[in-house]
Amino acid sequence: MKRVKVLVAKPGLDGHDRGAKVVAMALRDAGMEVIYTGLRQSADEVVKAALQEDVDIIGLSILSGAHMRICEKVLNLMKEKGIDEKPVFVGGIIPAEDALELKKMGILEVFGPGTPLKAIVDSIKGAVDK
Amino acid sequence: MNNPENLKKVKEEWKEKKVLPLLRKFPERKSQFKTSFDGDIDILYTPEDLPPDGYDQALGFPGQYPFTRGVQPTMYRGRFWTMRQYAGFGTAEESNERYRYLLSQGQTGLSVAFDLPTQIGYDSDDQMAEGEVGKVGVAIDSLEDMEVLFEGIPLDKVSTSMTINSTAAILLAMYIAVGEKQGVDPSRLTGTIQNDILKEYIARGTYIFPPDASMRLITDIFEYCSKALPDFNTISISGYHIREAGADAAQEVAFTLADGIAYVESAIKAGLDPNVFGKRLSFFFNSHNNFLEEIAKFRAARRLWAKIMKDRFGVTDEKAMMLRFHTQTGGSTLTAQQPMNNIIRVAFQALAAVLGGTQSLHTNSFDEALGLPTQDSVTIALRTQQIIACETGVTDTVDPVGGSYYVENLTDRIEKLALDYLQKIDDLGGMVKAVQEGYIQKEILNTAYNYQLKVEREEQVIVGVNQYLSDENLKKDILKIDPVIEEKQRNKLAALKRRRNSQVVEEALKELKKAALGSENLFPIILNAVKSYATLGEISNTLRDVFGEYTEAVIL
Repeated sequence: MKRVKVLVAKPGLDGHDRGAKVVAMALRDAGMEVIYTGLRQSADEVVKAALQEDVDIIGLSILSGAHMRICEKVLNLMKEKGIDEKPVFVGGIIPAEDALELKKMGILEVFGPGTPLKAIVDSIKGAVDK
Repeated sequence: MNNPENLKKVKEEWKEKKVLPLLRKFPERKSQFKTSFDGDIDILYTPEDLPPDGYDQALGFPGQYPFTRGVQPTMYRGRFWTMRQYAGFGTAEESNERYRYLLSQGQTGLSVAFDLPTQIGYDSDDQMAEGEVGKVGVAIDSLEDMEVLFEGIPLDKVSTSMTINSTAAILLAMYIAVGEKQGVDPSRLTGTIQNDILKEYIARGTYIFPPDASMRLITDIFEYCSKALPDFNTISISGYHIREAGADAAQEVAFTLADGIAYVESAIKAGLDPNVFGKRLSFFFNSHNNFLEEIAKFRAARRLWAKIMKDRFGVTDEKAMMLRFHTQTGGSTLTAQQPMNNIIRVAFQALAAVLGGTQSLHTNSFDEALGLPTQDSVTIALRTQQIIACETGVTDTVDPVGGSYYVENLTDRIEKLALDYLQKIDDLGGMVKAVQEGYIQKEILNTAYNYQLKVEREEQVIVGVNQYLSDENLKKDILKIDPVIEEKQRNKLAALKRRRNSQVVEEALKELKKAALGSENLFPIILNAVKSYATLGEISNTLRDVFGEYTEAVIL
């Protein structure tokens, strides 16, 4: 079976990277290949990295409140580049209302604070198996 | 009995005769009890666990070297700590309203949160700022916004802390200019700028320039302010974000003081006297859930810093050896699940900070794992401090936990662990190098990951998250930032650019570029640019052109 390849990205100006890094380590420990972008990525850079690395799934970590605008931009760019079939999940401080909006927009899943790592790993495995 | 050798023997006998027989029948809850920094915790602490140096050397008296028991002789019997809630969002108008509200409720100092574009040197109309304007703090593009932010707040009466780092010189310059417009001489301004770039590279992420240029800006501020703003704290060396990123208590002390050492070395190299600028160094720590450990942490940091200033840097003025610090309760300890429980967590954390001898305190609002706090939740957080100050009685004597066998033992152990790290960092060639190579980040990440695994295995219980769950509806009132703010801020900026004298602005920026290429102190030139209503983005971009930008060591 092909190894699942995940892009974990920190889009926007947000510097909170503990969650992104801890999740990245957990995904790696679960046998996935993880590309971590580091901080301050524009939507362009995130989508470019997804294309270049040919990842199966994209994770965006946002704790700055800029999630609506950033997710919209990333999803639009993915459509433009023809990779909108790749699932995108989001982690961070996302108010419940916004999480619903994001899912309507096409985000697969939103993980808030306190989500067990196992739940994230399982969710990604499920999404890629589909 | 007081003879340590004898005591040790008695304790062993007690364990054998009383404890072991009991354990056979009733085993303890866990096979091992551990500190956050993975040290063993014994069943009981006695005088044999007190620091070997003896009372005078290890503890001494408050207000005296090594300041273990506090930096002032009277501590909270004289006056309480400064109650300082970090706040700021949206536009300057809205934040100004929140500040006036907090001051009317008995808050005694201001603490300004800036949005990310302001912290990273982008104007609100910059493409990089899209979606971020006014989100995690207030948007400040020019002196004009700063004038609105402090309207009706007398800067000679209120002390202001500003969480600002790579653009600290610009924001401080704006603050000075606002003061002058109010008729307040800079020498009467009090407050703090964070101005701690190393922890931005390590943990917080709002860096702009590479280390050399950043360190120059920091020492330029030290130098300028030592004369012009003698009562202003020109740096807040911050462990807070290091802890939030996942460090344990000992790492928090170690890496914060290592940053402190780097700043002192850099200032000495620039020709400044540590006996003078040492008095304006302040610190900023976190307060997490492990109550006694946190109290010990503050005391250990205080003692170790005093020794570092005295022994390593040869400081002779005791005031320049004092570690004065602000505390904020632990944001990462707040849970989105059962959020009201956070009120209790914050209260214990705040109490630990007070028992640890903090000079000022921010208590988090219970709803911060869900979004920005509302006025109601901020009020409860402030009331928590007032209850500790006025009702619990812990403020009536100095360092009331001093002498606790366990707390003194923990204080000693945290100090020793931090000292080991400082040695390692010296061996690596100093903190700047250790950060550039990613060593510090890797240490923190490992601790963060191990902690998370403990939570997953339920070795670390978090009430409402991995045990004691309940069904609940997470819907709540949260503060929403209106997206219109971004547009409003852009329009305001465009209007300013039309109105101001662009020739004066251009001159000021040209002057700045020239100075940045040379070696003179940049602060007065930045102050001049700010007064011409050059924007934060224009000033930052001028410096970017000269200094370049830092690239992160991506560590995983």
